[in-house]
Amino acid sequence: MSAITNRHPVIQVKGLVTRIGDRVLHDHIDLDVYQSEVLGVVGGSGSGKSVLLRSIIGLQQPSEGRIEVLGQNVADLDGDDLVRMQIRWGVLFQDGALFGDQTVAENVQIPLREHTDLSQQLMAEIASVKLSMVGLPPDAASKYPAELSGGMRKRAGLARALALDPELLFLDEPTAGLDPISAAQFDELVRDLQRSLRLTVFMVTHDIDTLRATTDRIAVLVDSKLTLGTIATLRNDPNPWIHEYFAGVRGRAALETEKVC
Amino acid sequence: MSTIIRPPAEANAAWYRTERQGDTLRVVVGGFWVIGEARRLDPDLRALDVAGATRVEIDCAALDRLDTIGAWLLLRTKRTLEHHGLVVQPTNVRPEYRALVHTIDFECRAPPVAPPPRYSFTRRLERIGRGLCHALHQGYQLVGFFGLVVFETAATVLQPRRLRVAALFHQMEETGLNALPIIGLLSFLIGVVVAYQGADQLRQFGAEVFTVNLLGVGILRELGGLMAAIIVAGRSGSAFTAQIGTMKVSEELDAIQISGLNMIEVLVLPRLLAIMLTLPLLTFYSNAMGLLGGGVMCYFDLNITIPVFLHQLRDAVAGWTFWVGFIKAPVFAFIIALVGCNQGFQVERNASSVGRHTTQAVVESIFLVIVADAVFSITFSWLGI
Repeated sequence: MSAITNRHPVIQVKGLVTRIGDRVLHDHIDLDVYQSEVLGVVGGSGSGKSVLLRSIIGLQQPSEGRIEVLGQNVADLDGDDLVRMQIRWGVLFQDGALFGDQTVAENVQIPLREHTDLSQQLMAEIASVKLSMVGLPPDAASKYPAELSGGMRKRAGLARALALDPELLFLDEPTAGLDPISAAQFDELVRDLQRSLRLTVFMVTHDIDTLRATTDRIAVLVDSKLTLGTIATLRNDPNPWIHEYFAGVRGRAALETEKVC
Repeated sequence: MSTIIRPPAEANAAWYRTERQGDTLRVVVGGFWVIGEARRLDPDLRALDVAGATRVEIDCAALDRLDTIGAWLLLRTKRTLEHHGLVVQPTNVRPEYRALVHTIDFECRAPPVAPPPRYSFTRRLERIGRGLCHALHQGYQLVGFFGLVVFETAATVLQPRRLRVAALFHQMEETGLNALPIIGLLSFLIGVVVAYQGADQLRQFGAEVFTVNLLGVGILRELGGLMAAIIVAGRSGSAFTAQIGTMKVSEELDAIQISGLNMIEVLVLPRLLAIMLTLPLLTFYSNAMGLLGGGVMCYFDLNITIPVFLHQLRDAVAGWTFWVGFIKAPVFAFIIALVGCNQGFQVERNASSVGRHTTQAVVESIFLVIVADAVFSITFSWLGI
């Protein structure tokens, strides 16, 4: 894992409370995500991981607390200021969220077409560059999302998220539904892109192999609270859920592979 | 086109200059090579003049910032020059940009994406052909589904225990009872409109009282039943498609099949029977509301009293008039249910497909209902009723 050279937080969550109905999903959560680090967020199903991600990118209003991204409170932004913030982050939704009526290349070109005034030809070149960067074959460009496999859709979604060279990348369960080989390739891809583009990555995941392969730090969302650490520290955590997650059968298996490596 | 992305401040603007040293052309680049500068740099770099040099050196020492698009512009220039037989050498690439340059240089070898040809004659022709084939296939498909449903209906008639009574009543409530307000309101208004327009024309001949005949025949023979059928097609036919389609998307249909249940029996028959039982009743109700609307209009606009109205109506609708409208209803109902359920089964496993097929179900069922109505009209006139 690369050392975090710059301890400047790009995402600051302060005292976040999220209530949905009577349920408290987040109970005064604090979280700093630093520049160029990969942060993994784990937690049981329904623990509010995805809601945390949606809160940070402004899709969900927090009940209490402040969320600052790149030094600005997301909830205060609107109009062009919000767009200016949105082009600095890329989001990969669970199934890619590609627009079904447009080809993969057109999907990647959407942010370019909306927010830049580049020539058609350059946009086509950039789309091709981004699609190659995420490891899609050239013939995938002219296909429609429905014609792609789940793994390819995720790669295409990643290419669209990276279209405007964002500083921040949000990934919602990037390896869910992929076979282990594709998942491992996707992990490697995220790590490579993170290094070459010096991205800050905020990743929600269930996959302990992904955590091991890509993350610098891990945030565990359990009982509406957040615990931060690395795999090594979290496996000795007193909380039974966290202990079971990292020291249970799957956790041990994932960690043993690390020793062999 | 909004351009939120702007070039960086002037002090950081991207620049390049060329220096000739013997056979070598040195291209010195500096500043912020980022997406905001791409528009300015792109045409200049495409037109870069090497002036007979055989070697090109791209000096990146002064680069202050480089993103994917800046890196692509540099590497594209490199490739174009190499393609023309020059030797191109990037130098002084800062360590932090090496990974990016490496990634793009080695992984991005695909040609630019060619946009599909949009508006051409052959494409339009192809679309027409595709549309025709699609329509024919739909017809063929619907006939197959018709056969299947008839077969299953016959099997249920022979074994009435197979009928899902709870589902049937639920569907009857949904398609029949809940449709009463909207059908009542619209039929009432249609009655008002027909009476008003009829009275306006007939008044010229002093034959206002025949407005009642127009109302009686028009509503009972055609409009009442057609209104009910069209509203039910829009309300319930679309609902059938959406319900069955959503079940297909969420793999519930597969679960039904794998549990040894008969899909037609479980999903189609309750809907089909419910709508075939309720649409005749709705037609009756629609007729009544239409006549009521027309009657109210006659009373206030033409001063036709209730006894006169009823007397005139009884003369006008003697014989088959009422039954002509009524016996069409089960056929319309069958068409609506058949098309709605069939479109539901046609849904593919993605969300947008549900919407597309729902629209298609409504259009197709209203179309077929009106075609059936025309066939009935011809048949009745042939039979002399």
